Amino acid sequence: MMSEARLMQGNEACVEAALAAGLKFFAGYPITPSTEIAEMLAERLPARGGTFIQMEDEISSMAAVIGASLAGVKAMTATSGPGFSLKQENIGFASMAEVPCVVVNVQRGGPSTGLPTSPAQGDLMQSRWGTHGDHPVVVMAPGSVAEVFTVTIQAFNVAEVLRVPVILLMDEVVGHMREKVLLPEASSLTVLDRRGPVEGEEYRPFDYRDGERPLDLPMTKPPLEVDFSGDGLRDVPPLAPFGRGYRFHVTGLVHDARGLPTGDPTLTDRLVRRLIGKVENRRDRLALYVTEAVDDAEVLVVAFGSVGRSALSAVRLARERGIRAGLFRPITVWPFPDQVIRKLTQGARTVIVPEMNMGQMVREVERALAGTTAAVQGYSRVDGELITPTEILAEIEEVA
Amino acid sequence: MSGLVEEYFRQDQLPTIWCPGCGHGIVLAALVRAMDQVRVPRDRTVVVSGIGCSSRASGYLDFDTLHTTHGRAIAFATGVKLANPELTVIVITGDGDVAAIGGNHLIHAARRNIDLTVVCFDNNIYGMTSGQYSPITPQGDLASTAPYGNIDRPFDLCGLVREAGATYVARATTFHHNLLTEYIARGLRKKGFAFIDALSQCPTYYGRRNRRGSAAEMMRWFRDNAVTVRKAERMEPAELEGKIVIGEIYNGEAREYTELCGDIIRRAQGGEGR
Amino acid sequence: MARADVKVKAIEVDRLRCKGCGICIEFCPREVLEADEEGKPNVVAIEKCTACRLCELRCPDFAIWLRGADDE
Repeated sequence: MMSEARLMQGNEACVEAALAAGLKFFAGYPITPSTEIAEMLAERLPARGGTFIQMEDEISSMAAVIGASLAGVKAMTATSGPGFSLKQENIGFASMAEVPCVVVNVQRGGPSTGLPTSPAQGDLMQSRWGTHGDHPVVVMAPGSVAEVFTVTIQAFNVAEVLRVPVILLMDEVVGHMREKVLLPEASSLTVLDRRGPVEGEEYRPFDYRDGERPLDLPMTKPPLEVDFSGDGLRDVPPLAPFGRGYRFHVTGLVHDARGLPTGDPTLTDRLVRRLIGKVENRRDRLALYVTEAVDDAEVLVVAFGSVGRSALSAVRLARERGIRAGLFRPITVWPFPDQVIRKLTQGARTVIVPEMNMGQMVREVERALAGTTAAVQGYSRVDGELITPTEILAEIEEVA
Repeated sequence: MSGLVEEYFRQDQLPTIWCPGCGHGIVLAALVRAMDQVRVPRDRTVVVSGIGCSSRASGYLDFDTLHTTHGRAIAFATGVKLANPELTVIVITGDGDVAAIGGNHLIHAARRNIDLTVVCFDNNIYGMTSGQYSPITPQGDLASTAPYGNIDRPFDLCGLVREAGATYVARATTFHHNLLTEYIARGLRKKGFAFIDALSQCPTYYGRRNRRGSAAEMMRWFRDNAVTVRKAERMEPAELEGKIVIGEIYNGEAREYTELCGDIIRRAQGGEGR
Repeated sequence: MARADVKVKAIEVDRLRCKGCGICIEFCPREVLEADEEGKPNVVAIEKCTACRLCELRCPDFAIWLRGADDE
């Protein structure tokens, strides 16, 4: 059900989707190239009865988002590299305390202040490993403006259902590019909410049912939608909002089923493994991706975000020249879709991974394909310019 | 206190982790008495704390409680309060937590005049990490990171918060526990940003190193060196050297932040936003 | 706080919560309490207690409280 065709920026599509997903709280701090998200929400959120606040810094924005989520509303913040670095400690808190929230990182060139208005993909590893300690996090990287809309909804759904922070990893090109987007009817969207406590039962905010691992999904599934059907979510405790009489404790310390601090090695081990398992045991269910001409591909290009667009053109050009090239574009980049990529590369001799960093995804691809016969090679560009289809085509032709 | 412990504490979490003689329990008791006096809505009150000795207090209280990251309690509390302005939100913090790593959030929350009641368990030292100097440690005092004496000048926390825009600011000590209870109660009643600087003794890491004697002796020092705000106004700066000023530093009125947010929502929904 | 007319029935000490800091003993104006070998208070002169409740109000561990005749 498409209702409305509009020309919009990726950042704007993110705002539209967040509102459609039921966003009620945004806290942020101005930073290029994500600022439009804050500006638009400052205008749009109050009309929906939501609250916008520009905080004093990046750290407090992340903190306020977690506080708001615990008070029972869907909450989001948006930033870029330097701000993403500052938010990391509190992102870890959200992982540990299992607080749903969405963090948008519109990547710019780095390190440090880097290239504020140029695209880069240098935060791929930081988005996974940025905060300290073992922790769960889901990261999604859309590649077009329309996809920003779809994937932002998914980011909220996953955050709310699994009680995890979800990082929406955009880049400057995706954020600022303008494309025609057909906004779907609100009624056609699947919007999921967190599960609350069961009335009449004792509420234990960090308790879960032991037993079998959650049922992961086979790899055939509707495109670009994380489907939780058939998932008992036994390892995800329900989350009550503050202020409803449950009177529970939330802490970043290792905690027991009631949320109270503990140093017990058995409880600690169970907690950390369950937190990680919430995401890792749903690798395939969470894997959103797009493919092109992969069935008989001898050369497979693996690219994400805006580089995926150039890669698609390159693959099509290669096909015109008789080269059996294909594209795998992961949207869920963490957890990394190991099984999907292994399956897709069964016939591939060579896998090329072009990315706007010094080779972050290529290592994941190498790890996923360890033991197979496919040769994996990276292609890096870190000058603040997009990787062009011609460059990727040249790489394909070299190995074809 | 026995009835209040049964009513308001997670009793199975006691005894506290605090050292013998630590003043934080006296401050927590004052806070609970104040909450009881004011009759804070039991199921609509959230207690938020940061990191440090003080901030373990949230875990002892039978409310919705949120033990956050170091320095960020006020920022988390801002999110809780904005998402549901009906909630009574109390922040428990310490001098290292709120004046050093969290100093930015303190002044900006005061500037906004958001309706939070912040109680600073102020023992002028980092206790949890065993005795490093804080932004409140007096000049010349010893700390594990100031073996030659502290050369930093301390903040006047109440002056800082008042100048930043808080509408209720008061200070008392563990010796003056009745005053402390009264000020916290007034802070809870204030619709706006309330800050209560609760001077507390750390006999283990501050007292011992600075030869301040037992916990009781440290409390007597509070008694002997406290000067009321009114008296302090008539004293010369030289006379005030080494004294502590207790009392209501400020009690004023200003529009509260969540009310202003509510105004924005009404304007946006009525189409008068621009 | 002090109510001389109130008959104090008992001073109760929770010896698990008490850490023996001595604050209650030091601030008792009538020497009602005495430290045991752990520094925790023993009630040695209940008849001298004026129900000022300073011990209770200044206890950092919520471990000592008065039970007066009027508390029943």
